[in-house]
Amino acid sequence: MSASLRGSAAIAGVATFGCGEMPGFTDIELLARAARAAVADAGLTLRDIDGLCTASASATMWPMPVAEYLGLRPSFIEGTMLGGSSFIAHLMPAMLALQAGQCNAVLVCYGSAQRSATFGRRELVASRRFLDPQPYEMPYEPLLPASAYALAASRHMHEFGTTRRQLAAVAVAARAWAQLNPEAFMREPLTMDDVLGSRMVSDPLSVRDCCLVTDGAGAFVLVRGDRARDCPKPPVHVLGSATAVWNRQVSSMPDLTVTAARETGQRAFAMAGFEPKDVDVVQLYDAFTINTLLFLEDLGFCAKGESGAFVESGAISPGGSLPVNTNGGGLSCVHPGMYGIFAVIEAVRQLRGEAGERQVPGARTALAHGNGGTLSSQATAVLGTQDTL
Amino acid sequence: MPGAEESTMTGVQARHQVALDEGRFLIQRCEACTCHVYFPREVCPHCGSDRLAWVQPQGLGTVYAVTTVRRKADAGGDVNVSLIDLDEGVRLMSRVEGIAPSDVRIGQRVRARVADGLVVFDLEGASA
Repeated sequence: MSASLRGSAAIAGVATFGCGEMPGFTDIELLARAARAAVADAGLTLRDIDGLCTASASATMWPMPVAEYLGLRPSFIEGTMLGGSSFIAHLMPAMLALQAGQCNAVLVCYGSAQRSATFGRRELVASRRFLDPQPYEMPYEPLLPASAYALAASRHMHEFGTTRRQLAAVAVAARAWAQLNPEAFMREPLTMDDVLGSRMVSDPLSVRDCCLVTDGAGAFVLVRGDRARDCPKPPVHVLGSATAVWNRQVSSMPDLTVTAARETGQRAFAMAGFEPKDVDVVQLYDAFTINTLLFLEDLGFCAKGESGAFVESGAISPGGSLPVNTNGGGLSCVHPGMYGIFAVIEAVRQLRGEAGERQVPGARTALAHGNGGTLSSQATAVLGTQDTL
Repeated sequence: MPGAEESTMTGVQARHQVALDEGRFLIQRCEACTCHVYFPREVCPHCGSDRLAWVQPQGLGTVYAVTTVRRKADAGGDVNVSLIDLDEGVRLMSRVEGIAPSDVRIGQRVRARVADGLVVFDLEGASA
C-alpha cells in the first residue's frame, strides 16, 4: 500500500515551548512561540509555511485564529479534531497534500494554557456537557475521561490478571525517564509505593495513574523528503501513518481490552514495511497508566494480556529492552490537554540524537502513537532516519 | 392511544426518554439484520437499515466493567459506574444500586430498573 507515500515527507523542524507552568500566557501565545521555533529549527521562516494543521480542545474553528495570528495564508488547511491523537492524525493528510503539490511546508502546531488559564478545566467540562452532550453516559456521573480508562483497566485486570502494581510500574518508568529530561514537569523520585498509596480518583486508577495537567505547546514542520535533505537538521521521515476511530463513548467500545490501535498499528507498520521488533524507541500517549499497557499490546509489542508482566519486569524503564516514553510522557513530562504532538517531537529528538541524558543510543526508527477522547481515536506514526528509507 | 415510542414526530432520543419518564426501558431491534441496538439510533449501526423497532428488554444483564468514582461526601460521596451487558447483546453505562460501590464486581448478574427517568440496576434477586 502507498509504496510511493512511504517516507515521502519528513519532519524537518520541531520545538516545544512553555512545558509545565506558564502563568500569564494564552493558548495561542504558547502555540506561536513553539511554531516560530519549529520553523526556525527547519531552517525556514513563517513566510515559507503554506500548510497548516492545528486543533484546539475548546475552539472549534481553531485554524482560523492560528492562521491570522501567525500571518499565514496557507493553501492547505487541516483542522481535524480527534482529541489528543489529532496531531499524529494530521500526518497523513499533510503527506498527501505535500505529495500532490498542494503545499511545500506544513506547520503542525498546538498550544494550551490549561493549567494556568482562568478559564480552566472545570468550565471546559461544564460547557462540553451542553456543546457536545453524551446523554447516555453523563447522567451516571462518570468522571470523564478518567472513569472511562478506569473501566478499561477493570476489564483488563479481570481478563488477564493485570494488577494495580503493574499499572503503577508504568508511572514509575515514566518518572524514571522524566528524571533524565530537564524539560519534564515532574522529576522528583516516584516509587511503586507512592503510586499505590496515592489518592484514588476512579478505581483502579489513582491520581498517579493519571496524566499531568500542564501548560505547554509543541510544533513540527513537515516537508517533502527530498527537500528535507537540504534543511539544517537530519530529516526524520514518515514511513507509516494510520488513523482509526471505532467509537466515541467507552460504552460503545466492543471490547474494552482492544483499542483501534490494533488497526492503526497494523496499517502503519504495513506502510512502513516494518514490524514492532524493528522499532528502536516508542512514544505512546499515556493519558493514564492503562493506556501504555493497551497500546503495547495493540501495536504488537506484547501479546494481549502480557503487557503488565512486561512492564513490571522493567522492560520500558531506562536501561530496559524497549524504551517507552523517553521524555517522561504525559504522566511525568507534559500534558496540556492534548499530548499527541509531544510524542512526535520526542521521537524526532531521539532519531536526531538530541535527547541528551535520555538518548537511546543509535535509535534509527521510532513509533509515535496518539489516543483521543476516551480510547476513541487512535493514530500511529512510524518514523525513521534517512538510512531507513 | 399509541405509546410515545410509536410517534414519528420526534427523534429516537426524545422517544426513549419519554418512555423512561413513564417508567419503561426500551431498546431497539433492527428488523433487517435482527441485531439489538443501544443507545437508540435513527439508523442501524450494524447494517444501515432504518427499520429499527422499539422492544422491551428482559432487563437482565451482567456487569462487564466497573469503577468507583471517588467523590467527597459533600459532592455526593463515592458512586459506582458500570458498563452492563444486557442479555439481548447490547451494552450500556449505568450503575448498580443497593450495595456499596466497592462491592460491585465484574460478572455479577443484575436486573434493570427505571428510577427517575434513568436506567439503573440491582443485583439479581435483590429486593428492590
